[in-house]
Amino acid sequence: MSGVLASMIDGLLVGAVYGLAAMGLSLIWGVMDVINLTHGSMIALGMFAMYLLFGALATNVYLLLLPVMGLGLLLGIIVYWMSVHRVVGRPMLMSLLSTFAVNMMVIGIGTAIWSTSPYNVNFSLPGITIGAYTFTGNHIAAAIAAVVIALALQWFLYHTRTGKAIRAVADNREAAELMGISSTLVLTIAFGIGIALAMTSGALVSTLFPFTILSGAVYQLKSFVVTILAGLGKPFGALVAGVLLGLLEGVVTPFIAVSWIPLIEFGLFVVVLVAFPQGIFGKRAAA
Amino acid sequence: MALLTFLLILLVSMGFGQQTITIGFTESKTGALNVDSLEQYHGFELWRDQINAAGGIKAGGKSYKVQFASYDDESNSKRVQQLYTRLILEDKADFLFSPYSSPLTATAAVVTEQYGKIMLTSGAAEGKTYTLGNHYLFQMFAPAPEYLKVALDALKTQDPKATVAFVYEDSSFSVAVVTPAKTYAQQLGFNVAFSEAYAPATTDFSAIIDKVIASKATVLLGGGHYADGSTLARQLYGHKVPLKMLTLLVAPDSPQWVELGDAALGVTVPSQWAPQSTFKAQYGPSGASFAKDYKAKYNADPSYESAGGYACGIILQRAIEQAGGIDSGKVADALNTTDITTFYGRTQFATAANDHGLQVGHSMILAQWQKDKSGKLGKEVVWPLAGKSANLVYPIH
Repeated sequence: MSGVLASMIDGLLVGAVYGLAAMGLSLIWGVMDVINLTHGSMIALGMFAMYLLFGALATNVYLLLLPVMGLGLLLGIIVYWMSVHRVVGRPMLMSLLSTFAVNMMVIGIGTAIWSTSPYNVNFSLPGITIGAYTFTGNHIAAAIAAVVIALALQWFLYHTRTGKAIRAVADNREAAELMGISSTLVLTIAFGIGIALAMTSGALVSTLFPFTILSGAVYQLKSFVVTILAGLGKPFGALVAGVLLGLLEGVVTPFIAVSWIPLIEFGLFVVVLVAFPQGIFGKRAAA
Repeated sequence: MALLTFLLILLVSMGFGQQTITIGFTESKTGALNVDSLEQYHGFELWRDQINAAGGIKAGGKSYKVQFASYDDESNSKRVQQLYTRLILEDKADFLFSPYSSPLTATAAVVTEQYGKIMLTSGAAEGKTYTLGNHYLFQMFAPAPEYLKVALDALKTQDPKATVAFVYEDSSFSVAVVTPAKTYAQQLGFNVAFSEAYAPATTDFSAIIDKVIASKATVLLGGGHYADGSTLARQLYGHKVPLKMLTLLVAPDSPQWVELGDAALGVTVPSQWAPQSTFKAQYGPSGASFAKDYKAKYNADPSYESAGGYACGIILQRAIEQAGGIDSGKVADALNTTDITTFYGRTQFATAANDHGLQVGHSMILAQWQKDKSGKLGKEVVWPLAGKSANLVYPIH
C-alpha cells in the first residue's frame, strides 16, 4: 500500500468525526440562525464526560455514547434557556456574545476542575494492518459510529413528527407556528440535539487523541469550515463535507508539511464562501 | 549579669536577624506546559521548604528565610511579560527564577535584564537568549544543541548506518535542538530520510506517521514537550511503526510517562539528570538524598525538570552565601565565578560578553524506559557508558 493511499484512508476516518462534530453546529445555525460559540467547549465536555464515565464504569466506550448523548441533550436544553432563548431572532451579535460568555464559563470551570493537563481514555480496539500501515481500531470504530449517528439524525429529521417540525421551523418559523407547531419547544429540542451531537463527537474524539478542556477549539474551527462547505442546516451534508475535508487533508499531507494544512483548509473556506455562498449542498438562490 | 545577658541576646538577634528574601517566578498552572512546569515548581518548592526548615540561607551574619511570589502564566508569553514586571515592581522580588520553557524564559529575560534583576533559568535550554548581551541571566540546563547528541552517539555504537527521521515540535526549543542534531547526524554518517516540524497543539499525528513509514526510517528523534510527545509515542505504537529506536525530548522524562503502558517501553530521552546519576556533590544534598526527599513529599520520582528547579535554588543559595548578602552585583559576581558539582552535576556559566550566562559545565545523559525483572517500567541511564545503569535496548521492537 502506498503512503498516499494510507494517508487518504486516515483522512477519511478522521473526516467522519469532523463531520459529526460539525453536525450540531450546522443544525443550530440552520434552525435558529444562532452561531453557537459554546460548540467547542461542549465538544470538550463530551470528552470529559466520556473520560469520567469510562473511569467509573470501565465498559465498552461505544456503549457510553448513549449516556453522553443524553447528558448533552439535557445540558443543551439548560444552555438554551439560560443564554439563547431570549436572543433568538435578535441581532446575531447578541447570540454570539451570549454563547461566547457561556463558552468562557465552561472553559473557566473546566480549567478549575481538570486544569489543562492532557487526559486520555485508555481504551483500544485491535487495528487492521495492510502492508506497513496500521489503521487503529478506534479510528475505524469512531468513523462507523459517526456515520451511524448521522444516518440516525437524518432519519429523525425526515421521518418523525419532531424532526419534521424542526425542519418546518428552520424553513419558516411563522408559518410553522401558524400550523400549530410550538417553535419554542422545537428550538429547545433542536438546541439540545445540537449540543448532544457536539458532546457525542467529543466523546468519540476522546477515544482517538488526548485532550484538555481547551481541545474543543480545534474542532470548533474545523466545524465552521465544514458547515460552510455543507451549507447551513444540512446536518447530513456536514457529515459528507467533513469526510471531504478529511480526505483533502489525507491527499495533500504526503506532499506538504502538515503545518500548511490550516492554510489550505481556511483558503478553501474563503473560496467556498465566495463561489458557493449557500454551501456545496445548500439551496441555490433563485435566478 | 542580667545586663550582660540582655546585651548578648540583643547582639545575637541583631547579628542573626531573621530576614526574608523574595524569589519571583511564574509557573504554567494551565496551558500546554502545565505538566513540565509543575515538576519544575516542585523542585523550587522542595528547596524552599528544606532551606527554611534549616533556618534559611545564612550569609554575612544574617539568616534569610525564602518566600516565593508566583503567578500562573497560562503557558503564554504575553502573560509572562506582564507578570515578571509585576513580580519586580509590585512584589519587590529580590531574585527571579525562570518560567518553564525557552520561549517563556526568553520573554521573561527581556524584563529581568531591563530591571537588572538576577534570573536563574531552568527548563530553558535554547541558547540564543544568552547571546544577546544579558548580564544577569544564568542558565542551569545544558544548552539545546547538546540534547540529541547523546542519542546519536549512543545510536552510532549500535547501528552506524541507521536511517533516521526527525519529527519535532515547531517551537524555539525543539528547533534549536533538532537543527544542529540533523547536521551532527549527517556528520556521523546516518541517512536522514525525513524531517518535519508539527504545530505545538497537534493531537493527530496520523499524516506524519504515514510519512515516517514511507521514508523507511528505523530511528525517530524529536518531539517537544509532554502533551505532544506523549501523543506522538502513543500513536506510533498504535500504528505499529517498526522503529528500532525512539528518542523524544522532555516528555519521557516525566514520571507520568509510565501511564503510556507498553507505548512507553524502550523510548529514550535525553536528560539533564536522572535519579541514578552519581555525581559527587561538593555542595548541597546527594542525588540519593534529593530523590528520597522528593519522593517522600510528592510520591513520585523526580524528573530532570524537578532536579533543575531544585538546583536553581542551591546554586542561588551558594552565591548568596559567597556574596555575604543579597546585593545583586555581588551575587552576580559569585554566580560568574561558580564552578561546582552538586547532585545535579557540574555547573559553570560562560562569562564572555557574547554568551554570558550560558551553561558550559553541565552535560547530558540518555535515559531509556525499560522493564525490570518484575515487569515494572522504569528509567535507566544508558549513556554515557561510564555512567550507565543498564545497557541500551536496541532495537526496541
